[in-house]
Order: sequence, then structure tokens, then C-alpha cells
Amino acid sequence: MSGAGTRGRVTLGLQAAAVALGLLVAAPVQAVQPDEMLADPALESRARALSKGLRCLVCRNENIDDSDAQLARDLRILLRERLVAGDTDAEAVAFLVDRYGEYVLLNPPATGANLLLWVAGPAMLLAGVGIAFASFRRRSAVSGDTLDEAERARLAEILKE
Amino acid sequence: MIVELGHFALILALAVAIIQSTVPLIGAERRNAAWMAVGDPAAVVQFLLVGFSFAALTYAFVVSDFSLSLVVSNSHTLKPMIYKITGVWGNHEGSLLLWVLILALFGACAVWFGGNLPPQLKARVLAVQGMIGVAFLLFMLLTSNPFLRLAVPPLDGQDLNPLLQDPGLAIHPPFLYLGYVGLSMSFSFAVAALIEGRVDAAWGRWVRPWTLAAWVFLTIGIALGSWWAYYELGWGGFWFWDPVENASFMPWLIAAALLHSAIVVEKRESLKAWTILLAILAFGFSLVGTFIVRSGVITSVHAFANDPERGVFILLILGVFMGGALTLFAARAGVLEAKGVFGMVSRESALVANNILLAVSAFVVFFGTIWPLVAEMVFDRKLSVGEPFFNAAFSPFVVALAAILPLGAMMPWKRGDGARAMRPLWPVLVLSMALGALAWSMQTGRTALGPVGVILGVWVLGGALVDLWARTGRGALAGRFARLGRLPRADWGKAVAHGGLGVTIFAVAAMLAWKTEDIRVVMPGGSYALGPYEVTLVDVREVEGPNYQSTMAELRVMRGGEEVAVLFPEKRIYPVAGMPTTEAAIDYGFWRDVYLVIGDPQENGGWAVRSYIEPFANWLWGGCMLMALGGLLSLSDRRYRVAAGARRAPVAGVPAE
Repeated sequence: MSGAGTRGRVTLGLQAAAVALGLLVAAPVQAVQPDEMLADPALESRARALSKGLRCLVCRNENIDDSDAQLARDLRILLRERLVAGDTDAEAVAFLVDRYGEYVLLNPPATGANLLLWVAGPAMLLAGVGIAFASFRRRSAVSGDTLDEAERARLAEILKE
Repeated sequence: MIVELGHFALILALAVAIIQSTVPLIGAERRNAAWMAVGDPAAVVQFLLVGFSFAALTYAFVVSDFSLSLVVSNSHTLKPMIYKITGVWGNHEGSLLLWVLILALFGACAVWFGGNLPPQLKARVLAVQGMIGVAFLLFMLLTSNPFLRLAVPPLDGQDLNPLLQDPGLAIHPPFLYLGYVGLSMSFSFAVAALIEGRVDAAWGRWVRPWTLAAWVFLTIGIALGSWWAYYELGWGGFWFWDPVENASFMPWLIAAALLHSAIVVEKRESLKAWTILLAILAFGFSLVGTFIVRSGVITSVHAFANDPERGVFILLILGVFMGGALTLFAARAGVLEAKGVFGMVSRESALVANNILLAVSAFVVFFGTIWPLVAEMVFDRKLSVGEPFFNAAFSPFVVALAAILPLGAMMPWKRGDGARAMRPLWPVLVLSMALGALAWSMQTGRTALGPVGVILGVWVLGGALVDLWARTGRGALAGRFARLGRLPRADWGKAVAHGGLGVTIFAVAAMLAWKTEDIRVVMPGGSYALGPYEVTLVDVREVEGPNYQSTMAELRVMRGGEEVAVLFPEKRIYPVAGMPTTEAAIDYGFWRDVYLVIGDPQENGGWAVRSYIEPFANWLWGGCMLMALGGLLSLSDRRYRVAAGARRAPVAGVPAE
């Protein structure tokens, strides 16, 4: 986390110019605003949930729900318009993807090459478990420390006597 | 003048580091005690030189020497003194100097605390540490010199990024670097052991304290960063799966795996090759992190130096050290023969499972972090990998880890019996399920995340307590209590750290699942209900800070007619840096935080106000601190303090003096 954040970086250039000209610095817009919110709580909560998975395109790695950028606000409003117009969640998201590309999705769809990304974790887990088992079996075979079934039965017999 | 001396000291440090990286290595190869002994003074002198250089740069910031380009772009005369000092590492060049200072500090510590190391191993460790020093000193002097002068100094500076003018963030980088760079010691020990072709119990005992220290610092550093994000960014988020956060998280995961596998090396002389590999990878991820932060190749909210030339240089360092170490590993791993054998059901197997889960989860984070880059370069797809992916792909590993932890921790070495180890844990399991069910019934209609967090948290925390209690043996209660105080610090450390993990897991789940949010327009004097509280916007006024202007709201939080807190959230503007910041106001509590943010003025004269109730927020950082405390307790265990002398090699020839 070393380094600088970007909250408001998008407005930074503009403001620097404003300061240079001796103008008043305009306040940045902030995350979700009361005036954007939909009156219908069900629709609004759908919009909030969807917003968390959509990227603010001019920000670095922020979703539109958290972002202060003007564009994020525009996207939030656009998304709500689609929902009010009766789009399903999938349709509303597809509408944005058509316009802005899959870059807008924070959750990469598991299609095509992205399958690699999604499968990588489980595949490595399986490989790890497999390697552990293989080396475990090899080790116990080499060491001679473990006994096979016959030897174990024989040992039990001796111990019983 | 002092600035020039600082620059000169840095160049001298490079010369000393070159000597440190070669002479002891040759000495160890030829068994020449005099040559080997060069490592000690070289490491100390390198530390003193870099220390002087760092002091010189700090001096330039303190006196606001605006003939220095770095001071101009990161400081301002009006800035409070503490932020003048912390501004030294609030930028690429200065933070790199801090990085190198800590690297040299660890080298010097190996001299000061490494008295019980065999001279050959110590010489090799110092030499490898010296090589890392050479690489980063070169990087700094060639691409990121902090001591560049300006021909025409300006009258005042451009101020430090206002977000960094905060006490939490001021101390966050030093801790993080102590962690990142501390892993260089584990790396040096691993490479030294590979050169020697020998890893035994003593090696495990020597390498573990360094890893433990690095891990403790990383834990504190990450927690501080997360806490800062929580109170500073203004919407109560604490982790964003940002590439730079991931950069610190990956080495933390691998270091956690290394901590555990080093125990197996120390106690059972098994898993040697794997432990060496982890030690190499831990530092590798630390270098990857450096690359991510400083190259600007992967976009992140943490902008630093975005210079391709620097990126290429770091990639080169990464390639040389990882390539070299892994080649050495491939050549030598075969000679590292395991001694201890263990059954399929045993503490060793449990630790192997722990290692697999931690390592694979680190790789999942790694894949997700670099995937946008790979997808764009290889598949020509411009895409994002964000929070939803990481939550889905990473969380199962945490669940699995938490599920096996208590049982694994109580499993006996060599060969165990699952049912028997489980016996003392049944009550904990029942309790965790019962509390999970209770949480489920109380929160009808919400996600299963909260109850799952309760189950895992209680299971891990309770398991840690049962484990500690079981260590006191059998017999009368009084006797067991007496023995509890006499248990080795390592046992306490284990219980406290595992308990801390349980608390952290619970807090994360609770905060994600049970957060209350409210966004509305409030007229001055108006009130609204927030959960069980009633909040009143008393007033909004303009306030002048030392180097900023602030719009400050006064909000009164009441509950049942009694005042709980009066909070003053602010919106600040730093005119010099031309940047606004949000200062949330938080009423910290044991069970919940009340978190208020003031927004923009509205046309009707009201103000946008955002309010949150963050349940169990302080448990999150409390859990992290418990983990760090557990690490420190373990670090203070007697066995690391007494001479570990398991294999002090007979010294060839006469000592150097």
C-alpha cells in the first residue's frame, strides 16, 4: 500500500488548472449520491450490487459504487436507467459491456482464455495434493519405516505373545 | 554539502557491498577464515554508510532544502514537521533508500545476532545479502537517485500527496519494508544452504526467527495499510484486492507457509527442499511486489514511479536473483535428503496441507494480479480482474485452511490418530456450529457469509485455546493452571497467532455481511435514524488547517435519549497539491464503529451525509495484532536465544584477528 491513492486524481488536473487561475476549487462528486438513488428499494439494492462489479473506467481499480469520478456517476445513473426501463441484471450489464468492452467487468467472465484464470487455482491445488501424495508414497517406500500388511499382522502377533 | 556527502556515502556503500558479496564467498569456498571474516565489518559498514545517506536525505527534508528536486516535489514549508520527515519515504526514490537501509540493517543484524552461526554459513549468508545490496544500490544510483540537485531552486515545494499526510500511513511503509526486506534474510539463508549443499535442523532453527520477524512486520504493515484505507478513503472498505495490496499479501502468504515448513525442518528434518523453495519464492514475491509498485505496468490505485526504465531494471534484478536461485535449487535440491519419516495422518502431513493451501492461494492472487497484463499481451483482450474474482477464487482456501487448522495443530508428530486428536475438539466444533446457527437465525434473509464467519472464527479461536490447554498435560486443575504459565513461549505464540487468525476471519466476514449503510440528504438541524442510533446534523462550517481548508460538519449521535458521540467529519482541500480528501469521523467501539462522512452541499441547503455502522471493525485489526503478537512471542522463545550450536563446524585455521 505504499504510494499515493487516486481518490479524486481524475479531477486533479482540472483543479490544478483552477488553482493556477486563482479560481475556486470545485468540490469533487463523491461515491453514490442521494440524488442518484432510486426510490424503489428493491431496484436500488440491485443497482448497488451490480455497481460493485463494474469498473470505473477512468480510475485505477475502483468500482463505480465507490468511485468519486464523474464518469462513475454517469455509469451509476446509466445503470439505474436501464434497471428502471425493465432490464434484467444480465441485460443491464450486457448493455454496459457492449458499450465499454469487457474491461468494465471486475469479475472476468469464465470464457475463452479466461478459463485459464479460473481453473488455475483448483488445478494447482490438485497438482499440489498429487505431488504431496506421490512424494509421500515414494518416501515411505524408500524408507522402509512403514510395514506392509503381512509384516504388520506378524508384528501384532508378536506383540500379543 | 551534507546532501553531497549523503550521495557519496551511497556510492561508498555500493563499493562496500561489492566487497561483501564476493570476498566472504570466495573465503568460504577456500576455507580461508580471514576472507570469510571480511563479511562482518563489511555488512556493518554498509549499514552505517546507507544510514548516513538516509540521515542526509532526512535532513534535506527537515530544513526544506528546495535545491533538491525530490524535496521540491514532495514537501512544502508549511507542512507539519512529522510529515516533512515521513515525506522522505512518501515517494519512489526516498522509499527505495529506506528499502536499501533496511536491507543493510538486516545484514548488520545477521552479524550482531549471528554469533552462533558456523563461520562458513555466515560468510555465505552475508555475501548473498551483499549481492542483493549491490543490485538495489545500483538500481538507485543509476535510475532513481534521491540526491539530484536543481539548477534553479524554487521558493517552495509542491507538497506531499495529502492522502499520505496521515499518521497511519506515515508508519505503514517502514513496517511493510521491514517485512518485504526481512524475507531477503530467508532467501540468503536458503541460497547459502544450497551452496553448502546442507540443510539440517540447526539451519531450520536459524532461518525461522528471520522469517518470523519479517512475517510479523508484514502483518503489522498490511494491517496498518488496511486500517488507513478504512478510516481515510471514506466508505469503510478495508481491502480492495488492488495489485499493490496483493503485492504485500503474496509474500505474507508464502512467508506464513515458510514459517510452518521451517518448523518441520527444525523438529523433524523433513520437507527440506520444499522449505528452501519457499524461502526463495517468498523473497521472489517480495521482488514481484516491488516491480508492481514501481514499474507502473499494472494499474493500481497506488501510483508510484511509473517509469518503464525502472521497471525493466527491477525485472532484471528479479530475473537474476530468481533465475540464479532456482537454477541452484534445481542442481542441489537432490542432495537435501529428508531424514524424518511421517505417516499420512500426522502433524507433518497437516503442515504439508497448510503449505499447499497457503502456497496455492498465493498463486491464485498472483494469477489474478497479472492476468490483465497476460490477457492483453497474449490474447489481446483488455479486461479487469477485481474484487469479485478474488473473493470467489481466494475465499475457499481460507475456509479450507481454517477448517483443518485446529485439528492439524493438535495432531502428534510422526504418526497420529485423527479420531483421538479430534476428541478434545468436539466441544469447540459443537459450540461453533451452535453459534453459527444462532447467527443464522438472528439475521434472516442475509448472506450465509456471516454465520460461516462465526463458525470458522469460533472453531479456530476455540481450537487454539483447547490446544494451549492440552499442552498443560493432565492432572488437577490448579496444577494445569500453574503449568500454563510455564509453557514455552512458542506454545503461547502458536495459540495467540492462531486465535488471532480466527478473530480476523470472523471480523472480515462480519464486516462484509452485517454492515449497515445509509445515504441521504440532511438539512442542518435535521435528524435521521441509523440502526439503533439517532443522528443529528448540528452544523457545517469552514475551518482553516495548517496547509488545507476544511468543510467540517458536526453530527451528534444519540441512542435512547443519551449522547453516544459528537463526530466531526471533514472534507479537506489541499490547495498546494490541488487535491481534496475525505476525512471520515468514527466513533470507535468494541462491538461496532459508527462511521460518518460528509458529502456535498445540495441545492435545497441540505448536505449529503453517508453513515455506516461497521460491526466488529476493531476485531479485524485486533486479530491482526494478535497474529503479530503471537509471532513475537514465538520469536522470544528460549530455543532461539540459547546457543543453537547443533553443528558448529570446527574452525579451520586461526581466527582472523
